[in-house]
Amino acid sequence: MKLTLKVNGMSVSHDVEPRLHLADFLREKLLLTGTHLGCEQGACGACTVLLDGDPVRSCIVYAVACDGREVETIEGLDSDETMVELRAAMSRHHGLQCGFCTPGMMLTARDIVARVPDAGERRIRQELSGNICRCTGYMGIVAAIRSVLADRATAKPRVKDTSRSEDFAGVQRTERALHDE
Amino acid sequence: MKAAQFLYERPTSLPQALALLGAEEHVARVLAGGQSLAPMLNLRLSTPEMLVDVTRTQEMTRAEDERGAVVLGACVTHASIEDGRVPDPTHGIMRRVAAGIAYRAVRNRGTVGGSLAHADPAADWVVTLAALGAQVLVASARARRTLTISELVVGPFETSLAAGEMIEAIRIPKISRDARWGYCKIARKAGKFADAMAAILFDPQADIHRIVVGATESRPLVIEGSGEPMRRSDLARAAASGDEVAGADLLERAGLAGDAYFVHLHLVALKRALSEAKPQ
Repeated sequence: MKLTLKVNGMSVSHDVEPRLHLADFLREKLLLTGTHLGCEQGACGACTVLLDGDPVRSCIVYAVACDGREVETIEGLDSDETMVELRAAMSRHHGLQCGFCTPGMMLTARDIVARVPDAGERRIRQELSGNICRCTGYMGIVAAIRSVLADRATAKPRVKDTSRSEDFAGVQRTERALHDE
Repeated sequence: MKAAQFLYERPTSLPQALALLGAEEHVARVLAGGQSLAPMLNLRLSTPEMLVDVTRTQEMTRAEDERGAVVLGACVTHASIEDGRVPDPTHGIMRRVAAGIAYRAVRNRGTVGGSLAHADPAADWVVTLAALGAQVLVASARARRTLTISELVVGPFETSLAAGEMIEAIRIPKISRDARWGYCKIARKAGKFADAMAAILFDPQADIHRIVVGATESRPLVIEGSGEPMRRSDLARAAASGDEVAGADLLERAGLAGDAYFVHLHLVALKRALSEAKPQ
């Protein structure tokens, strides 16, 4: 079946079987292997990509259903402003260990920054709950997202900062200490 | 973890979709957001010959504000409801419920009609729309009919939809401003299907007093009116006062089947929903 869509800003056309899911299409037809496949049943979040700007799980979206639409993967967000900030924060806070869940975590993190700029620790954890890290390295990932939100709140004082209100004091102190270094 | 082969059609109108579903040559299933169906296809728990992708039919993505009700096309996504991109007949109730379904990446694809057609007894829309008294508009190439949620969902993952029929839209009655709502689901992990849930709508102005107990082993229990095998007020009183023995007994008489832990969990969900629905 003929399929035409935009991937990372480029128009691509392929002849695919309807049963091919979007993640396999990206990885095997376009060799965009930054999108990882964990469970292939919509449980782990590793394969999260953007479809028309919104995060979706590419293992439970069939490629043919994306005809005429726009997909962005981790590879396409190299110079994305939020991603640049998130990458630096992930590195600073040791937000990845084996790295398998990282592409999905990054896409979800970007969505949190865009959609819930006033999220506190609890809300971030809730928003991240669809992405599983089998290294269980959630502390670093949550800290990285919090630091990006905090930096943005300071940079733009018009955004109301409620992220501190529901925080655990210990985490807050640790993060401040890291910032001061 | 790869789906078996299937044919794929993407009609652009409702009549086209219904014609494809009604055709005798292929066993066809409706594909909306695919957030329940695609995992089943990938696991080969479902192997239809053809998928009819209805997400690009104008009729099924519509949202209309009618007198006294809002009609949502079956393909309206949870995220659209959560973000308030479609009219809300419930003063924020539906937005809050939508925000609690699975995860954002799922809500961006998953649809209200797809959720009803999947008929998971622990699904948020099955329970919520039953409590809100929604009507399900069902269409086939030959006829149209309207069902209540209780008439649609006849068992776990089982609906009364016949071959060639599908959910076209859902009509949700507007509730009054001073209606009270309580909703509780108990789940082991954020975003997972609930182990127990309860929804309550008290709308004195419209004379609605409805309790729905979800995440049952069967269809959700809808308890309203005085003709029920047990009195709603007795159940509400027992659950609210923490009378475990009477509450469990009443829940079982209403049709909840399960072991003591299961019944207890549902009683806790009901108690929490009731305390939320209490007047300020």
